[in-house]
Amino acid sequence: MKRAAVVTRPIDPGALLDQVRSREFGAVSMFLGTVREISDGRQVSSIDYSAYVPMAEAELDRIIGEAIEKFGIGAVVVEHRVGPLELGDVSVAIATAHQHRGPALEATSYLIERIKSQVPIWKLEHYADGAAGWVDPTPVVARA
Amino acid sequence: MSTVTVQLFASYAESFGTTALEIPVKAGTSVSDLISAIRALPGSEIVRDSVRVAVNRQFASPEQVIDPRDEVALIPPVAGG
Repeated sequence: MKRAAVVTRPIDPGALLDQVRSREFGAVSMFLGTVREISDGRQVSSIDYSAYVPMAEAELDRIIGEAIEKFGIGAVVVEHRVGPLELGDVSVAIATAHQHRGPALEATSYLIERIKSQVPIWKLEHYADGAAGWVDPTPVVARA
Repeated sequence: MSTVTVQLFASYAESFGTTALEIPVKAGTSVSDLISAIRALPGSEIVRDSVRVAVNRQFASPEQVIDPRDEVALIPPVAGG
């Protein structure tokens, strides 16, 4: 099992776990990203995620290929949700499986770091005071 | 001279007020030439030096040459996860 998708429906973490579990693996690892209520000290009310979907899915496939090559995981499923999300909703889920725990845990960590830096997905935070802002995790570099 | 369609997303679409730009290209126009042309347009203040360009759904190097038929997108800082 090897699958990545950008979805508009709620993510079902249990379904992902079922898709990677198998008798041949002794370890299943899962990461969930969820919508946090405080961002940079501001009260968040909801988040709109958007994506360049065909490229995001292509990048997810590429990153999964890297993780398989680096860690030898035998199964991996990644889903990232887009659209309006409420506090506590799951925005991203990663499930990996391997014969042993080390590579499964390392692959999951590798995948979320790569997803955060490479996959064209954006986040518009809506705040409790009515304002909204695009999240930009990269440091500001002064223009020459 | 032909043009290439450049897709815009998220904060960039908001800043330019559109989801696509038509940018003139000639033989040999590179990704960095394209960025320079976009920088001359109103709304481009948001485009940083670190901007990434995708060509045919892959991140492109500044030297990569653009064909008018390519699927091109300007990628704002990503914030998935």
